[in-house]
Amino acid sequence: MRYAWWKVICVLLVGFTVVGGLLLPVPRLDILNETIRNLYFHVPMWFTMILLFAGAFWYSIKYLRTNKLQDDIYAVQLTNTGIAFSIFGMLTGMEWAKFTWGSAWSNDPKELGTALSMLIYFAYIILRGGLKDEEKRAKISAVYNVFAFAMMIPLIFIIPRMVDSLHPGNGGNPAFKQYDLDKYMRMVFYPAVAGWFLLGLWIATLKIRLGLLNYKRENPFQFDFEKKSDNA
Amino acid sequence: MKKNQIMRKVSIITLILVLLNTLAVQAQSTDTEMADVMRSNGKIYVVVLVLATIFAGIILYLVRLDRKISKLEKNN
Repeated sequence: MRYAWWKVICVLLVGFTVVGGLLLPVPRLDILNETIRNLYFHVPMWFTMILLFAGAFWYSIKYLRTNKLQDDIYAVQLTNTGIAFSIFGMLTGMEWAKFTWGSAWSNDPKELGTALSMLIYFAYIILRGGLKDEEKRAKISAVYNVFAFAMMIPLIFIIPRMVDSLHPGNGGNPAFKQYDLDKYMRMVFYPAVAGWFLLGLWIATLKIRLGLLNYKRENPFQFDFEKKSDNA
Repeated sequence: MKKNQIMRKVSIITLILVLLNTLAVQAQSTDTEMADVMRSNGKIYVVVLVLATIFAGIILYLVRLDRKISKLEKNN
């Protein structure tokens, strides 16, 4: 295990989220009832997705500057993990909506925005699958990734806030005003976000390390060269 | 002076009414249905146990994967 200390923190934080999130008191709200606890699990999925996509955006720009294929591996694996978290976020959101808003899909602006942004990122994977040449694939997909991240900002953060939405924090709805003031919910929600962030990063680093290993195996010559040039 | 006293009385009565009102609102909000039964018979702990088991399994899986990758990196 590499850098085990933050992985231990991750396990402690998410473990606390599972236990504390179910057992600590929450405000009694109509319609939501106990489902308010989903906040500790559904919302961190999206936060983690945004963090991972931001990392992919960073490494895409880095690739365009350095032209090192390692940076492309970072970008694609961060995007892959982000997509996994977005799917979890979408599924948990639909389950939650089914029992509180009445149906799994209600064409809420935030639902539509995230669905669009997920499709944009799915297209990233398809785009990569269609290009055989490594350098070309890395360059085109890095440019596309920058575009995808730039599209995600208005789709998730800006447009849903300009219109009426079922989601809290949009269209004049209070965001965390009702329940975030509750000290017990804060006590779980912030550790939950930090813990899920770390878990997302952990999974992404595992995938990145596998990608780098593969890359190293396929290009042993280049690594010998790099080592020699480092020694020189 | 008299006018002042009346004002004071009125303000005290309003305060009491407001307090009563908030109490009534609180009483109403406790009517909201929550998993109180599960809590009273302890079955919520079963749910916690199930989720903790799944979480422990996922972490074990990640740790083993991490170790394997570390081993591969060393051999390379």
